[in-house]
Amino acid sequence: MALKKLLGGIVLLGAVGAGAFLFITRPERLTAETWAAAGDPDLVNGERIFHAGGCVSCHAAPGAPDDQKLVLAGGLSLKSPFGTFHAPNISPDETAGIGAWTLAEFGDAMRRGTGRDGEHLYPSFPYASYARMTVKDVNDLYGYLKTLPKSANVAPGHDLPFPFNIRLALGGWKFLYLNEDPRVTLADADETVKRGQYLVEGPGHCGECHTPRDLLGGLKVDQWLAGGPNPEGEGRIPNITPAEGGFGSWSAGDIASYLETGFTPDFDSVGGSMVSVQKNMAQLPKEDREAIAAYLKAVPAH
Amino acid sequence: MKFRTLAAAAALAVIGAGAVVAADEPQVVRQEMMKKVGGAMGALAGIAKGEKPYDAEIVKASLTTMSEVAKAFPEQFPAGSETGHETEASPKIWEQMDDFKAKSAKLGADADAVLASLPADQAAVGAALGAIGPNCGACHEVYRIKK
Repeated sequence: MALKKLLGGIVLLGAVGAGAFLFITRPERLTAETWAAAGDPDLVNGERIFHAGGCVSCHAAPGAPDDQKLVLAGGLSLKSPFGTFHAPNISPDETAGIGAWTLAEFGDAMRRGTGRDGEHLYPSFPYASYARMTVKDVNDLYGYLKTLPKSANVAPGHDLPFPFNIRLALGGWKFLYLNEDPRVTLADADETVKRGQYLVEGPGHCGECHTPRDLLGGLKVDQWLAGGPNPEGEGRIPNITPAEGGFGSWSAGDIASYLETGFTPDFDSVGGSMVSVQKNMAQLPKEDREAIAAYLKAVPAH
Repeated sequence: MKFRTLAAAAALAVIGAGAVVAADEPQVVRQEMMKKVGGAMGALAGIAKGEKPYDAEIVKASLTTMSEVAKAFPEQFPAGSETGHETEASPKIWEQMDDFKAKSAKLGADADAVLASLPADQAAVGAALGAIGPNCGACHEVYRIKK
């Protein structure tokens, strides 16, 4: 009898614990006030953020020629140790894309990884970086996205094995890894370095590839931007901290020039998935590339 | 003593022969070819940025290097050269050899087009680089794996 009571107690505690866990880690939405003062989007800034965020690199149709890159039809497959993700259609099409979304819905996806139906999104969509974006930039970006061509393409769903196909578990992932904290604390950062920090840690989401990940797929922030094995397959992702073997021997000017032209100081060229990133970076105003370079020279060397 | 000298000489000869063999390997040949293109690119960029004075001979020689290398480059990927000697060649080269060859041919054609009306000043060299440069990334995007 006592044993039965004890067992019952344990089961009850377990259920309460699971309930509490699901409650704490439920998909979050930002408050309505967050977006209340957003106002009309600044489309010029929206385009700038669009290039900084590199939306086309994943959301344009795979292999799309340069003049079709603004059609964000989706479909690119992104291999990972957890399965294969497919980038969705984010064109302004009302049914296949995100044309019917409100700013708040778009913002919840960008900054909290919460989908339109209140589901957890997979962090292959780098909301763990976008969480740092300002309300203004999210609003301007969404305004700009709405000006792009529509596509009726329906991208395939993610192809993930058990247990990674259970979206509820992503609440736990977010509990561990989703926050708005700066990735590094930089004493005496000037305005240029601060702008670079925002671009790299927020919209640019550079750390998503350039920082190694732990077994659960979270960034090892103590190895911020230190590079590592390519999670998509063969090869390595370079270290972009000011370390030997990283950017130690590059000047800030070298880094800015690489982002603009795609050539290293030795006139080796950009390659792999960085090619499309560099093309995006080349579209930014010069001062943004210089800010990124200044920040990359200011972060701790690993 | 004499034996030791002889042994050392023999060892050196073996090492020397090894170096000669390695230099003939396609993996090494193509790495050297890419370095030549990089050097030519650097020479042109120096002029385009105004770090070096305009020199028609250097411009012509650099473009000629690119043209020649681009034409011979895809021949350096015979079966059996997929790995080794720290090659950064992607397996996709052998899976899509026709596209790989086309990309190299485009670099050659673009260099030839610029050679046909040689850039006459700093600004023209810059414009030529704008036309030729993207070929590097376009090929490395798919066919090179950085290690």
